[in-house]
Amino acid sequence: MAEKETQKTYRMHLMICAGTGCVSNHSYEVKEALEKELRKHGLENEVVVVPTGCNGFCERGPILVVQPGNIFYQQLSVKDVPHLVEEHFLKGRPVAKLMYSPPETKQPVPVLNDIPFFNKQVLIALRNRGLIDPEKIEESIAHDGYKAMVKALSEMKPEKIIAEITLSGLRGRGGAGFPTGLKWQLVRNAMSTNGGQKYIVCNGDEGDPGAFMDRSILEADPHSVIEGMVIGAKAIGATAGFIYVRNEYPLAVERLSIALKQARDYGLLGQDILGTGFDFDIQIKRGAGAFVCGEETALIASIEGRLGEPRPRPPYPAQSGLWGKPTCINNVETWANVPTIINRGAKWYAGIGTKTSKGTKVFSLVGKINNTGLVEVPMGITLREIIYDIGGGIPGGKAFKAVQTGGPSGGCIPKEKIDLPIDYESLSEAGSMMGSGGMVIMDEDTCMVDVARYFLTFTQDESCGKCTPCREGTKAMLEILTKITEGKGTPEDLTLLEDLAPAIKDTALCGLGKTAPNPVLTTLRYFRNEYETHIQNKKCPAHVCRPLNVYTIDPGLCLSQGHGCDVCRRNCSSEAIAGQKNEAHAIFQDKCIKCGVCYDVCAFGAVKVD
Amino acid sequence: MPKLTIQDLEKIREQARRGLVIREGGAFKAKINVHMGTCGIAAGARTIMTALMKEVERRDLHDILLTNSGCAGLCSQEPMVTVELAGRAPVKYVNLTETKIQEIFEKHVLGGTIVKDYALGIGSEKTDY
Repeated sequence: MAEKETQKTYRMHLMICAGTGCVSNHSYEVKEALEKELRKHGLENEVVVVPTGCNGFCERGPILVVQPGNIFYQQLSVKDVPHLVEEHFLKGRPVAKLMYSPPETKQPVPVLNDIPFFNKQVLIALRNRGLIDPEKIEESIAHDGYKAMVKALSEMKPEKIIAEITLSGLRGRGGAGFPTGLKWQLVRNAMSTNGGQKYIVCNGDEGDPGAFMDRSILEADPHSVIEGMVIGAKAIGATAGFIYVRNEYPLAVERLSIALKQARDYGLLGQDILGTGFDFDIQIKRGAGAFVCGEETALIASIEGRLGEPRPRPPYPAQSGLWGKPTCINNVETWANVPTIINRGAKWYAGIGTKTSKGTKVFSLVGKINNTGLVEVPMGITLREIIYDIGGGIPGGKAFKAVQTGGPSGGCIPKEKIDLPIDYESLSEAGSMMGSGGMVIMDEDTCMVDVARYFLTFTQDESCGKCTPCREGTKAMLEILTKITEGKGTPEDLTLLEDLAPAIKDTALCGLGKTAPNPVLTTLRYFRNEYETHIQNKKCPAHVCRPLNVYTIDPGLCLSQGHGCDVCRRNCSSEAIAGQKNEAHAIFQDKCIKCGVCYDVCAFGAVKVD
Repeated sequence: MPKLTIQDLEKIREQARRGLVIREGGAFKAKINVHMGTCGIAAGARTIMTALMKEVERRDLHDILLTNSGCAGLCSQEPMVTVELAGRAPVKYVNLTETKIQEIFEKHVLGGTIVKDYALGIGSEKTDY
């Protein structure tokens, strides 16, 4: 049994990242190679390889952290393994060339905590990342897993649990930021017909493009979510819970299933948990991956087996949720915070963060950023600290332009606001929102009109079609944006967009529609000049909207640098380039379809875009 | 009848925690560094490490850090280990055998008394751990 293996003594633990990112970068192959090589040197009883959840520094995967010592190895491949095993694990000489070197200093940094990406982070929801094997409940238990549950079930009255969560200031991490304690109180107070049945739901329907916080928590530490849900169940008086997770997260579903089974086998779920007389169990419901099912009423419909469409609120799920019973829905990250609050106390938790936003928030950093990955930071940290100190800045020496927060429902925050402290209120004042925590970083090569169009394409595509404002409104907005990016926009289009946006916000049925215009509104607010350039000058300043680009060839460069290499002409699909080898080439503007291939293939920078 | 009581869970926690101390960079009672350069290995350093692993396992100890490092420079006197008790100066032992290391483990690591017969001297180059 797993328990026995944990007790076996090893002198060295090799913590290999087995989150989805590293797994797709072949971390399991590296793990096998390590085990094989360790056996070859007869080290299998001295050194053990432990698969863990996401380490966070996804950019540098596959990642291996050696304990003791916290030595951080990155971008490992199977061919690095023999050298690493012989040098470090057999002979005790850490291998510098496999360590992380920050681009500024180029000096290898051996110890994880010394790497800037890690040392500004504060881990609460991700407290066990990289420390435990998520498929072994004993390792979770060793790291205080289910300790808060014991306290809640044996020593705390429901009112006391709710008071503690309220006092901590924890707010919903799914995006809207509703105070968790208040939500629990509402569900606790709600009267239930038919035997007082109430339900607990974990919302793991993470759908924002570029967001993977919930997936990582479920993969790295599923027991933290289960434990949080049991505590919530006791607080509101529920006996059954559901975790709604998308089927496109196979590893999360698998680890969650293993965790639930182990918890049940140990009697940490089920009847009379730990002899406290409390009964509670959890089922997994797999969603088909429709964005709208992250909306709580649509999610409820989906769990009930109905079409995943939202319905008007009120009544809120707290009054009438699953099968008409009072239901408490919280996001994965919210649940993962709960045990730590109970263990360390509301006062401790409330000491982290800002006046209105307490604790930490997990963000996924993606886009034009050096250190793509998952970070957990205290509320109130500035965008600058996240992007430059933790994220390592923008690749290729490009200039930072904007950050998109909150996914398709959020907005773009421009570089002028880079010192904005991150909390629910300041993001909302800036026209964006916390959302689930996706951060898409954009550099100078990004066209903001195109970004708005991209997000509208997403929401339009994911609109369930039930209410007219969202179904027709997002479509109309998308058509206007497409027109502008094709150079067919008129000044009236901007007025029309500004009329449509508030109308959709005010009248759409659910959060998806109500927030869909946000990317358009914020880009209009901060980057109106880009819209105007598209409309009046028929130009895309970032050269992203290709129909607006004019490609020309600099004849001097073409001849002097490229000797008329002819590559552009051969690659042109519409025979729009004239010239032959050793001659300067030229583009027939009337034939050019603006595909940009000549620009991409010219090795001499002779093709110009304007 | 519950499957597990609160006391059972705490026992499991205690047991599981011991095996994971090594991951937390916590305080160790003693650190034993086996010098594992090519010279050390040729002179039998692996036997010394195996003997130490056995001692630790046999006694179910979790506060002893066993580590290795490269050649200490005194190749003629390998196998060599450095024993460092928390808060005390490191001691180097040379020309070791399985029996000698067992004695050192018993007397120095557990008992706190330096085995002078096998010791080279007190003091060590620093390692990162």
